Amino acid sequence: MTFLVDLLAATLRNATPLVYGAVGETYAERSGVLNLGIEGTMYAGAFSGFAVAYTTGSLLLGLVAAIVVGLLAGGLMAVLTVTLGANQHVSGIGLTILLIGLAEFSNRLMFGGTELQRIDPFPQLDAPAVLGPLAPLFSQYALTWLAFLVVVPGAWWLLNRSSFGLDVRAVGENPEAADAAGIRVARTRYLALMFGGALMAIGGSFFTLALLGSFTLDIIAGRGWVAIALVIFGRWRIMRVVGGALLFAAVYSLQLRLRILPGWGDVPFELLLALPYLVVIVALAISGRNVEYPGAYLKPYRRS
Amino acid sequence: MTAARARLPRLSSIVSPWSTHGLVVLAIVLTFVLTAGPILLAGANPFEAYAEFLVVPLTSRFSVLEVVVASTPILLTGTAVALAFRGGYWNIGAEGQLLVGAIVAAAIGQVGGLPQIVQVPLIIAGGALGGAAWALGPALLRVRFGIDEVVTTLLLNPVALLLVNALLHGPWRDPVSGFPESPRIVETAEFPQLLDRSRVHVGFAVAVLVILAVGYVVARTPAGLRLRAVGLSPNGARFAGIDVARTLLTTALVSGAIAGIAGAGEVAGIQYRLTSGISPGYGYTGIVVATLGTLSMPGVALAALFLGDLTVGASSAGRALGIPSQLGAVVQGTLLLVTIGLLAVRRDRASGSVRPEAAGEVAESVAADVVIGETATGAEDEDEDDEGRP
Repeated sequence: MTFLVDLLAATLRNATPLVYGAVGETYAERSGVLNLGIEGTMYAGAFSGFAVAYTTGSLLLGLVAAIVVGLLAGGLMAVLTVTLGANQHVSGIGLTILLIGLAEFSNRLMFGGTELQRIDPFPQLDAPAVLGPLAPLFSQYALTWLAFLVVVPGAWWLLNRSSFGLDVRAVGENPEAADAAGIRVARTRYLALMFGGALMAIGGSFFTLALLGSFTLDIIAGRGWVAIALVIFGRWRIMRVVGGALLFAAVYSLQLRLRILPGWGDVPFELLLALPYLVVIVALAISGRNVEYPGAYLKPYRRS
Repeated sequence: MTAARARLPRLSSIVSPWSTHGLVVLAIVLTFVLTAGPILLAGANPFEAYAEFLVVPLTSRFSVLEVVVASTPILLTGTAVALAFRGGYWNIGAEGQLLVGAIVAAAIGQVGGLPQIVQVPLIIAGGALGGAAWALGPALLRVRFGIDEVVTTLLLNPVALLLVNALLHGPWRDPVSGFPESPRIVETAEFPQLLDRSRVHVGFAVAVLVILAVGYVVARTPAGLRLRAVGLSPNGARFAGIDVARTLLTTALVSGAIAGIAGAGEVAGIQYRLTSGISPGYGYTGIVVATLGTLSMPGVALAALFLGDLTVGASSAGRALGIPSQLGAVVQGTLLLVTIGLLAVRRDRASGSVRPEAAGEVAESVAADVVIGETATGAEDEDEDDEGRP
């Protein structure tokens, strides 16, 4: 029972950065832009959040800094792929290289790269004692609560019920028709990319501002790529994407726990961690041509 | 165009920012202007820093040879990426293909009792085979089911790294040190040095041969013509009677094989063992090299040497001027974004106003724009349903 409650609690915790990242990526892709800059954006969010929180002593300012960096990263991606119409995958890889480089460069300048600097991170909120053995499940970081109670339903509502979401889906599905209907294609894609970028950066900052309280190299460790996989796995639907994130986090949390049990030490858990990628590839293979990519995926829009 | 004129770039083509040469020069200049910011933040003089980056590595025998060493893997990954992109196959997976090539090389390298003359070529072949094997899945999905290869090749990169780590934490953990490193490869598996007192190894010669061969095949052979035709317009290629699926598959496998050789070179020429840090992103740098080289093989060769120079320069600038060597990655990323942005701008200019007399010139020079900068506006629709690309 305790094991199960701990596992579920860890699942919610470990799913948090993936939820922010994957929901952010969903917005980018639904507007018609595959943002491979996500890995770099999460990395830059992790660093900028930490650096500002360290210098100012305010975790909230750190979070704001991460959001600003995310907005800028999304904006830069938009300049390249929307305004200039440059190739999306190369732009995204370039953005990731640039942002990881900038974060590590700044880390070296500010902290010298010798001794690990720490901040007091956001605490886990205490759950009321009434919950008894279930209490650990509800002792989560504010950012985790925010993700599941505000961001996920909010992002779902915004995408599926608001007029902005309708615009996003329209420009991602058929930009020519959207343009003809008076929707400003470029503006909508800018907003979707910037909103998505901000979410990705918050996801990255979760590591430094909540989970770890420090910035270490390779802190994102490919979670941006996991998020890309989750978005496709969830077929660009917010709730399915979040479901995928929970599933991945559950497997991840389980292997962390099994690893320390006697007799499990030699199991190659790396192969377990490779599962989400392989599952997505197999799922793509099975559904084949029927995968409903957003109609304007990977295509720059040019009025002709 | 006469042969002599074709070979020598005309002055106008260097001076105009919209010629290929001019564009690359402009991209490099813009990148230096943009990266002056971080250099100033580090408290250094940008001009001194650029001198340290680009010139200082070329001033001593040792550092020139280090530039060659640093260029070796990215020459290969750059060639692999450029070849794939030219053929319209978006291989973002050179990193993973390199890692699997490295795994196979490390496996063969641990076998004792073979003469060096046998084992070294075996390792190169094994690396190529490993890389091609890793490229096979996404390539089959693309040609059989029309599944976009960008995501599948990309997602196999972290899988390859996990595979490396599984081996290093499991069966290959160094029995002596207990570190997550593979056992050292046997002496007969080590790539011979090309020059005394340097780390330049036989892999560099292989890389040069590969890029020459690829350049020749792409430019001068029927297979190369098919590859370019598929890259520019799969539908057009099909009308011309080209087997598009087979061409794509071949392109993908050869691209993967070349990236795999890069991994074999790092294992058997430099580290003499497999480590989880065997590639600091050489596969991604290959995308920078290919783009900066505008997908032409001479361009890729120059771009690889340029970035090799920059990498060596970045670490010496770190020591001499106190600029963190991570600036190298900042420059790489900026360079890639600036180049691709300029290519896209040029494509829009070209498709907007093509003077009839310049059409031939444009057709020749825009190969990179059309391919890297996405299809030109007019050509967009015809590729739409082809090969089921979403």
